[in-house]
Amino acid sequence: MLHTVNKSPFEKNSLETCLRLSGKDSSVLLIEDGVYGALKGTKFEATVKESLNTVKMYVLGPDLMARGLDKNSLINNIEIIDYQDFVKLAVENERIQNWL
Amino acid sequence: MKFGILVNEGPYTHQASDSAYLFAKAAIDQGHEIYRIFFYHDGVNNGTRLATPPQDDRHIPNRWSELAKEHNLDLVLCVAAAQRRGMVDPDEMKRNKKDADNIADNFRISGLGQLIEAGIQADRLITFGD
Amino acid sequence: MEEEAQSGVIKKFLYINRRAPHGTIYAHEALEVVLIGAAFEQDVSMAFLDDGVFQLKKDQNTDQISTKNFTKTFSALEMYDVEKLYVEKESLDERGISADDLAVDVKIISSDEMKQLITDSEVILNF
Repeated sequence: MLHTVNKSPFEKNSLETCLRLSGKDSSVLLIEDGVYGALKGTKFEATVKESLNTVKMYVLGPDLMARGLDKNSLINNIEIIDYQDFVKLAVENERIQNWL
Repeated sequence: MKFGILVNEGPYTHQASDSAYLFAKAAIDQGHEIYRIFFYHDGVNNGTRLATPPQDDRHIPNRWSELAKEHNLDLVLCVAAAQRRGMVDPDEMKRNKKDADNIADNFRISGLGQLIEAGIQADRLITFGD
Repeated sequence: MEEEAQSGVIKKFLYINRRAPHGTIYAHEALEVVLIGAAFEQDVSMAFLDDGVFQLKKDQNTDQISTKNFTKTFSALEMYDVEKLYVEKESLDERGISADDLAVDVKIISSDEMKQLITDSEVILNF
């Protein structure tokens, strides 16, 4: 299943709820303000790192770049993708859940 | 593959409408079909033809209209949400005795059933909202 | 006004409600989708988690805030054959709410069961 999260974890608990309720081997894509959840050194880093043991995490590059961030800002093993890849993820995963 | 897209926020205030547009374009680029784009909640405001954004900014309603024209997309505003927020097509204008309509080209107003139908008919339903 | 379902396809729909009821219109308009959707005879479940559990609080009265008390509709869902209402226990516990505080009969489930419900659903709408 593909999960998207579009909220900063500092604004709303969407990322935490997503990580609590996403099944093993899910893909989690952070978009819009959701990209802040992928940053190193935040209070959410440990939760995100632990989730990386069971889910694959992606961040939408255009949203990352817009916010002055790049791969050096991110927790290891979170992949940066573009809109074309976003569509591919939506095709590859039979189900989609958008955490707003 | 057939995609249904749900847009739940209006233009400019929230990034949802931009994200939905970029996703739709990328899906079309890859040869996928967009079964329907349904606009709900404040998302219905994407369908106004009366917006005049600054010239150096994107024109979100026009951009939807043009994409729909080019690729024959079905852009649907929820009628209940549209009535609450003053989005009016010629039929709604007559029915509710309004003195104008304000719907942009290639949008139409219809019932929530169109969203459910998109969920049933499309292979994937993806939501952009707040 | 609304078209009837004719496709013959039955999918598992899940409506996920994560917002409190009156501060924004999302919960109210979500319920409108559920009611219209009922005519399509799909396999419908509703899930309430995070602040969405506040939607089900009993004794809501909006008389003094000028909005419509749409939450009364939850008790009528059964007439629309929307009978599978799930509430995440962890969300209730975090908010100090118990089953007795809720206005309708729901099934209270754990996070793991909620995870399974989401995984098993085919069309998921979030409000």
